[in-house]
Amino acid sequence: MAKFVIQRFIIMLLMLAALSLIVFITIELPPGDYADRRALHLRSAGVTVTSADVISLRHTLGLDRPWYVRYLNWVSNIVLRGNFGQSFSLHLPVTEVLAQRAGLTVMLAVATIIFTYGLAIPIGIYSAIRQYSLGDYGATIVGYFGMATPSFMLALILLYISVMVFDTSVGGLFSSEYAEASWSWGKFVDLLRHLWVPALVLGLAGTAFEIRTMRATLLDEKNKLYVTAARAKGLPEWKLLMKYPVRVALNPIVSTIGWELTAIIAGAPLVSFVLALPDTGPLFLTALLDQDTYLSGAILLMYAALTILGTFLSDVLLAMLDPRIRYGERI
Amino acid sequence: MTQITEVVDVAPRPAPPTSGVAKEADIKYYTASQFQLMWWKFRKHRLALVGTVILAIFVFIALFAEFLSPYAPGSRTPNYLFGRPQVLHFTDAEGNFHLRPFTYALAAAMDPETFLLEVKEDTSDPWPVYFFVRGDPYKMWGVIESDIHLFGVEEGHLHLLGTDQLGRDLLSRLLHATRTSLTIGVVGLFISFFLGLIIGGISGFFGGTIDDVIQRFIEFIRSIPTLPLWMALAAALPREWSPQRVYFTITILLGLLGWTHLARRVRGKLLSLREEDFVVAARLAGSSNTRIIARHLLPSFLSYIIVDLSISFPYMILAETSLSFIGLGLRAPVISWGVLLQNAQNIQAIALYPWLFTPVAFVIISVMAFSFVGDGMRDAADPYSR
Repeated sequence: MAKFVIQRFIIMLLMLAALSLIVFITIELPPGDYADRRALHLRSAGVTVTSADVISLRHTLGLDRPWYVRYLNWVSNIVLRGNFGQSFSLHLPVTEVLAQRAGLTVMLAVATIIFTYGLAIPIGIYSAIRQYSLGDYGATIVGYFGMATPSFMLALILLYISVMVFDTSVGGLFSSEYAEASWSWGKFVDLLRHLWVPALVLGLAGTAFEIRTMRATLLDEKNKLYVTAARAKGLPEWKLLMKYPVRVALNPIVSTIGWELTAIIAGAPLVSFVLALPDTGPLFLTALLDQDTYLSGAILLMYAALTILGTFLSDVLLAMLDPRIRYGERI
Repeated sequence: MTQITEVVDVAPRPAPPTSGVAKEADIKYYTASQFQLMWWKFRKHRLALVGTVILAIFVFIALFAEFLSPYAPGSRTPNYLFGRPQVLHFTDAEGNFHLRPFTYALAAAMDPETFLLEVKEDTSDPWPVYFFVRGDPYKMWGVIESDIHLFGVEEGHLHLLGTDQLGRDLLSRLLHATRTSLTIGVVGLFISFFLGLIIGGISGFFGGTIDDVIQRFIEFIRSIPTLPLWMALAAALPREWSPQRVYFTITILLGLLGWTHLARRVRGKLLSLREEDFVVAARLAGSSNTRIIARHLLPSFLSYIIVDLSISFPYMILAETSLSFIGLGLRAPVISWGVLLQNAQNIQAIALYPWLFTPVAFVIISVMAFSFVGDGMRDAADPYSR
């Protein structure tokens, strides 16, 4: 087991290293750089900017060095000093900009995962034992709708309903009293009160998918002979179900945690944008548009790291659940 | 050996005739071609049929958008900005029934008691709606020049879904957007299709080290959260590019990142098929690799590929919609569902002009229709199952 975990961990680190390169190249793709954007901005405000100014700004920011030098600099600073560089437009270190917001993004992702699995597993089990019941049909219909509606549209629809019907807005993560306050128990409770909306929005598609997977696998498993054998031995139905077929049916569910996390992270920026959440999503968008390279790079890297971490965790969980995987046996 | 398993696989066939005389239905079943069997199975899936009809309507809209829409997408009604949807009437103010529908002008007036703006219909001057009305000139498919629209009014204006901030007819824009959004999906899909087929084919057919490298590569690509990556790539497009060029590039981008799923499927199928007896036989008979792939392997899993394509189509549309929605994708004057939704981004718009929200319905309906069709095709792809 330890060997398996270490092996997976090394693969994770390698993936992360490769990703950092891809992230940097992607962020560097736009023609021009922050110095150009800044000069354009100043000129439109009526300030005279000579090309010598642009060159000197570029030199101060270190943008005139070749990209691989900057990449190596960036990566070694991250690894050795935990320094993600400087945000050009905000004149702050990236770590400082991200300190609060990144935490919120991670919380949002974790809340969504808990929400997704907390709902999907019981509903999936219910749908499988009571196949073709009213509840089963209900879950199927909600599932179709959830999978067809991209999360940001769901957010829009929720906004629409909340504004049109309830005359309030569901946007934001904090009530106005807590928005600027420092962290306290009250603020945390307030956050939880608001967090369920984006978690619901982000998690619905995944929940629908996992319910279907759980239902399908459990339906396959519960008719197998080992279940009949256990029943014949007189095991109580509930215990029998939980101990054997449900455990087997959890396998495909657990193995998709990594994908689920990827999907959540992918949908999150748009949902935060629509619901005006104070996390990394809206920041990512403005950083991209401003060519604030290190800021957008750090955020993209964070998204990628989260998904890779998710894959790693689901691999380890899967190995714990199913001993066959640990020994590299193909199933 | 294979012969026997084949027969065992045919599960749903009617019970073997006991009387010695095969019934007509049985004969029909045993002599049907594979595609006939698939169609029979697909037909049983009610939702998939509904989905097919909806998709056919969408394709029809995409083909004849200019003719179906009452206005040109850019044409403005300057005195009707943010106009509410107009309602078609059949009975006039006196309660008389007219076969020809008509609509009224909408005017906002202050209620003298509550001081609230109230929108009222001006029932004194009905605007009758006609079929085949002459209106804005257009050039369909760049070839057919005409100015005849399916329906419209000769006096006044007709905005069944309301207008946007410039007074442009939302229905007409929505119909034109359908064309853009669908074509993006189709072209992106084709690119994914060829990439997936080629890369997955190489991976599955040759196996070994090549396979390992390609599989790790695919895993790597799949671990990148797609939308943020798309956002970063789309933001990289130079701003001075023309909207058409952006449109073209975005399509290619979507296609370039969507092939991994298909490649996996192709590889998996190839790996299981290449050990089959008929492939060994073909190889022994001296067929080249290309011939084996094209003549023997491809036809045996083509149906699965089609299914995968129909399932991944909605993702293309959604990706485009998401990108355009936040302003990184397509730009005016190109209109797509996402571009239209840019107007419905904030709460004010939703509260004051809820009709700007209608593109959402189009997106959801089309995506659901595609999932239904995809489900039906997945069930039908293997007509011998269950």
